[in-house]
Amino acid sequence: MNQRTNFTKGFFKENPVFVLFLGLCPTLGTTTSAINGLGMGLATAFVLIMSNIVVSLTGSLIPGKVRIPSFIVIIASFVTIVDLLMKAYTNTPGPQGEPSLYDQLGLFIPLIVVNCLVLGRAEAYASKNKFMSSLIDGLGMGLGFTMALTMLGAVREILGSGSIFNYKFIEGDGILIFVLAPGAFIALGYLIVIINKLTKKA
Amino acid sequence: MDYILIIIGAVFVNNIVLAQFLGICPFIGVSNKVETAIGMTGAVTFVLVLATMVTYLLQHYVLVPFGIGFMQTVTFILVIASLVQLVEIILKKISPALYQALGIFLPLITTNCAVLGVAILAVQKDLNLTESVVYAAANAIGFGLALLLFSGIREQLDLMDVPKPMRGVPAAFVVAGLLAMAFMGFAGIV
Repeated sequence: MNQRTNFTKGFFKENPVFVLFLGLCPTLGTTTSAINGLGMGLATAFVLIMSNIVVSLTGSLIPGKVRIPSFIVIIASFVTIVDLLMKAYTNTPGPQGEPSLYDQLGLFIPLIVVNCLVLGRAEAYASKNKFMSSLIDGLGMGLGFTMALTMLGAVREILGSGSIFNYKFIEGDGILIFVLAPGAFIALGYLIVIINKLTKKA
Repeated sequence: MDYILIIIGAVFVNNIVLAQFLGICPFIGVSNKVETAIGMTGAVTFVLVLATMVTYLLQHYVLVPFGIGFMQTVTFILVIASLVQLVEIILKKISPALYQALGIFLPLITTNCAVLGVAILAVQKDLNLTESVVYAAANAIGFGLALLLFSGIREQLDLMDVPKPMRGVPAAFVVAGLLAMAFMGFAGIV
């Protein structure tokens, strides 16, 4: 596989959310708006890229039996770094006193550590491949994940509050249910239907 | 009285799967049949209660006294991973029958965000030890309830004539959305 298809596979052919159904908890839990989806996606992408790099470099040193716990410690370290960084730089409340990005993502930042996507790539790809391929795999998968979260966030924000990236284009409330929990499931369900229809020609 | 509030809150009002979006992977992954849903619930209940207890003790007797709260994520996930391994080994030795029933689900639980999520939430909510255990058990019941209802619906769904692009997971998501809407009816009772 050349590096170009290695990079682009994460966007449509093997998109982590729409095709592989990995990392669904943050996908549903944080996408109340496009900004939140983008923030969560980038945080996960950072952890994914860094853990892919470290796992590909140290893969041959780690004995097979303690492979999984070692990967988890590597991932958890990067999650802690992201957590502390976001606490420092994205923790200012908005102009109208709305909660900061860090507060809105809340519990889901430490939970990146149990995102099956990150551990899945470490185990299935980075531990068996060289540095460069693993880096590109992490980039592609991470950005594909970010794209999926931003798309879902945008759909929910447009339908639910009539705005996009906090830019309001409809006065008053939207269809409130899309910002609430049921809307997350329904919007993701129909997004997958559309993508199935487009890609598999079903 | 407090315990009843915690239980009703965790099972119905803030259902862990349908309102808090934790443990979605097993919720979608093993809800094809009612039988596997029951097995998974058993394994999750077991690990969730045990993990919450151990992480509570670690948080209050190791992390806080030594001022290393930032190590929470690393410590908790390691504890959960080793706990799952330990439970697997012990079950295999003591009760092969139970191991047969829960065995295949146990390794999956390490990456079940419900376990780590509840452990962190119990710390964030400042619950004491008994409250934490009750909270964990109630969340496990909530998880089981959602999983059981959902698997029952999915067994029926398999027999329906669903449009091709919607078959399988997408239809499951829409059904989960409707289920979540039903659970929203409980909002405000606690």
